[in-house]
Amino acid sequence: MTAGRAEQVTDREQQVLDRIDRARRRRPRVREERVTMSHGAGGKATQTLIEAVFLEEFRNPLLEPLEDAAELRVPGARLALTTDSYVVSPLFFPGGDIGDLAINGTVNDLSVSGATPLYLSAGFILEEGFPVADLVRVAGSMRVAAAAAGVSVVTGDTKVVQRGKADGCYINTAGVGVIDRDITLGAARARPGDAVIVSGPIGDHGITVMLARGELDIEADVCSDTAPLNGLVAALLDAVPGVRAMRDATRGGVATILNEIAVAAGVGVLASEDDIPVRPEVRGACELLGIDPMYVACEGRLVAVVPGDQASEAVRALRGHPLGAQAAVIGEVTASQPGIVRLTTAFGGTRIVDLLVGDPLPRIC
Amino acid sequence: MRFVDEFRDADKAHALAAKIAALCEPGRQYKFMEVCGGHTHTIYKHGLEDYLPEAITLVHGPGCPVCVIPMGRLDDAMHLAARPDVIMTSFGDMMRVPGSNGSFFDAKANGTDIRMVYSPLDSLKIARQNPDRKVVFMAIGFETTAPSTAMTMLRAAAEGLGNFSVFCNHITIIPAIKAILDSPDLRLDGFIGPGHVSTVIGCRPYEFIARSYRKPVVVAGFEPLDILQSIYMLMLQLAQDRSQVENQYSRVVPWNGNPVALKAIGETMELRPYFEWRGLGFISHSALKVREKYAAMDAELLFEVPGVRVADPKACQCGEVLKGVLKPWECKVFGTACTPETPIGTCMVSPEGACAAYYNYGRMHRTRVPEAARAAGSRAAGS
Ligand code: SF4
Repeated sequence: MTAGRAEQVTDREQQVLDRIDRARRRRPRVREERVTMSHGAGGKATQTLIEAVFLEEFRNPLLEPLEDAAELRVPGARLALTTDSYVVSPLFFPGGDIGDLAINGTVNDLSVSGATPLYLSAGFILEEGFPVADLVRVAGSMRVAAAAAGVSVVTGDTKVVQRGKADGCYINTAGVGVIDRDITLGAARARPGDAVIVSGPIGDHGITVMLARGELDIEADVCSDTAPLNGLVAALLDAVPGVRAMRDATRGGVATILNEIAVAAGVGVLASEDDIPVRPEVRGACELLGIDPMYVACEGRLVAVVPGDQASEAVRALRGHPLGAQAAVIGEVTASQPGIVRLTTAFGGTRIVDLLVGDPLPRIC
Repeated sequence: MRFVDEFRDADKAHALAAKIAALCEPGRQYKFMEVCGGHTHTIYKHGLEDYLPEAITLVHGPGCPVCVIPMGRLDDAMHLAARPDVIMTSFGDMMRVPGSNGSFFDAKANGTDIRMVYSPLDSLKIARQNPDRKVVFMAIGFETTAPSTAMTMLRAAAEGLGNFSVFCNHITIIPAIKAILDSPDLRLDGFIGPGHVSTVIGCRPYEFIARSYRKPVVVAGFEPLDILQSIYMLMLQLAQDRSQVENQYSRVVPWNGNPVALKAIGETMELRPYFEWRGLGFISHSALKVREKYAAMDAELLFEVPGVRVADPKACQCGEVLKGVLKPWECKVFGTACTPETPIGTCMVSPEGACAAYYNYGRMHRTRVPEAARAAGSRAAGS
């Protein structure tokens, strides 16, 4: 008498879960008639928009993996190309401004693709009336950030729109790097038994910008983690050439990356809340705002997937670099529950961590 | 935030779980309703069910204000917002709730002036900054949020602000609990009482549940350990054959509530004769409206609202879910047609909604502990 009522219920629940899995694998479709803020949040709606509109129109083998940078093979070299736009508000915040964000963001997209970043372009969209002094300050930060990352801004563009048609200053940067190591990285390469690592405390940037707006009566001593990751990545790859995948945890946070890994590789990811480094100030602010730090953007943190037996080597290498001092293994890749990210909560229960719906933190980068 | 960790200690949780399991009478099934959506959220977010024996089922209640707002009220609000002279202001979790013609977010993307606020005081600020527009605050929530709406109205009155009004959808929790107790669909063994609401109304209003319906009530806090401890307290009452109102959340909830908050509500609002709840239908004396004295701030009187009753979408089974009759995943459209990005019903919208909580956090294959599975087998054999 083991086929009890409770087990039948479980079977029915299981069927529902399977049905949902199938529904989630269906081709994404944008149902909204207009773009909403959610489409820019880095979560589910963003993914749907990219897949249903852009991937649909531009589909090609280089774009299809939807990695942080595309790998271009030209005679004699492997190049990486990426682009990103910055609309952060406010433009200046503790720890950085839109200028260093625009340089570091693109440098990081190249770095986590295994490339050495070399050259960047910069496009500016300025609103009529924007103070020149602010523009000089932004450009100055870009110069300092580029020097720190060892890249040059070699081409650019400037447009001005009428007052009210933009918010001060938007920046787009594109970057080219060269993949000079014999490696192939990609979220799809994650295998059961691999370890998932983050390079430091998460959520600093998103919370800093959110609080810098002064709309919330919360004060916390936090500052953005914006930083170029090329040095840290080099240290990791020198120590562990077998790294499977890296991503920088920007919009959508670490949760989004773990989901991308789970889906791309058809594996499960089991993370442990206790092991995920979060500064107490950030955790406190998240608690008050009712958001999960796993979804909050970083601008100087990477998530790496490495073979399980090389995890401690990888953590040691990351910790040897100033930007990786608090690197930690936060979870493992599993064969069970493919496509799903589970979290063992600090409380000792389990739950899933899905892609973000909606946009709790608009315009943080 | 050290105080948070104290309530999320896994060792304490294990100890409590063992005590709860020890109180389970063999062969008996326990069903407790957590009335408040905040509890539902905590339960899934922290994976609390992993600590409960098979014999205990948590049933999610109607205490999610966004979930129980009927579609007709939303259409009324949309109608108000569409007026060119109006700026509609709303809490964030209301923004995605679908009305017959889309949500506030959709309307906003189409150019309607709807602004998200964190507090009704923000609406007041907007009213001051826009003297030539009429600023309406979409007031929703139980006794938890009603005081801040009331205080804001009092402030507006004191300032003589003429362009601020409230579209009042405040509801009260006790009549909803009573409706559930009177409904024949569900047999419950006890209630995990809503913590936030109780900070305002106190614990006394629940006494009829213990007295007349002989069901234990434990008012609980919002950390996972709070909830686990409340379940233990409920189990203990049942084991000792008691039915009482107990206050697990006494560090925050005063037994007699908050007289200042209650006074502010009483000053500005009064009970409606009846109000429609999604899924539960019309419940008498279950909601608040603006008192006549403050008629100048009552958006329902200032502007014309259609006030039409709109039936829920056919596929939607939110009513059954809100009453705890169906588990979220038992709804036919759960997770396929109805997801957090494309919600059909309200329970998928608010993070406090049972469907959203289950979809976002609980949608996975749980491995069962062997003893629990054995207990399930023997229970089925016995029944
Ligand atoms: S799945 Fe959607 S329609 Fe069904 S009960 Fe939940 S919210 Fe309502």
